[in-house]
Amino acid sequence: MRVTVRLFARLRDLAGAGELVRDVPEQATVQTVWNVLTTEMPSLREYERTMSVAVNADYSRMAAAVHDGDEVAFLPPVSGG
Amino acid sequence: MAQVAVTADPLDLDALTRDMTAGAAGDGAVATFTGLVRDHNQGRKVRFLEYEAYEPLAVRALRRIVDEVGATWPDVRLGLRHRIGRLEIGEASIIIVAVSPHRADAFAACRYAIERVKQIVPIWKREHFEGGEVWLEGATADPDDEASRLAAERIACA
Repeated sequence: MRVTVRLFARLRDLAGAGELVRDVPEQATVQTVWNVLTTEMPSLREYERTMSVAVNADYSRMAAAVHDGDEVAFLPPVSGG
Repeated sequence: MAQVAVTADPLDLDALTRDMTAGAAGDGAVATFTGLVRDHNQGRKVRFLEYEAYEPLAVRALRRIVDEVGATWPDVRLGLRHRIGRLEIGEASIIIVAVSPHRADAFAACRYAIERVKQIVPIWKREHFEGGEVWLEGATADPDDEASRLAAERIACA
């Protein structure tokens, strides 16, 4: 199945793109998507312990299941205001 | 005017205040907060800021803050707008309006809202300073982290 990955702020800069499409196995979780990304781009790993994740524009967890067509976002620590 | 918004347009505090207070005869207090882009940060001379948002989730997080305020201060109405894009020194990045029958709740809700924005709203600022640029990073966003929420409430009610 296929998911859209969204990356923001410095994560986007490190990846060189804010939106990527990736094929992941059935039964994949957010963690699976992250593993696919960081295998490709190991520099993203520095955010593993500080980032937040979202599925279809709602906060989620690494263990959450993803489905075909989902949008999975990885978010560095926020700095609004 | 929407109660919450993420927008590239300049923020208008008077318009939001008018909108939030229209037709409400039972209100006795309006507390407002305006966040400004300042010309220095951590010893750096700031030239301008660039704000980026994950817009649909940012709007959702702002609505959540409105709901949280409603749960803690049921008489308060909250309006909240965050700007994104390039902002020059002195421009407003965020405006918050809290309207209530009494001042204590209005002040507390306003302070709570800005603390929660900094905790859970997916917006980032890129600081362009003299000599370089850097993404600023604050809190790991986790709306379900009750300890953070209570910390914001303590600050608001201090």
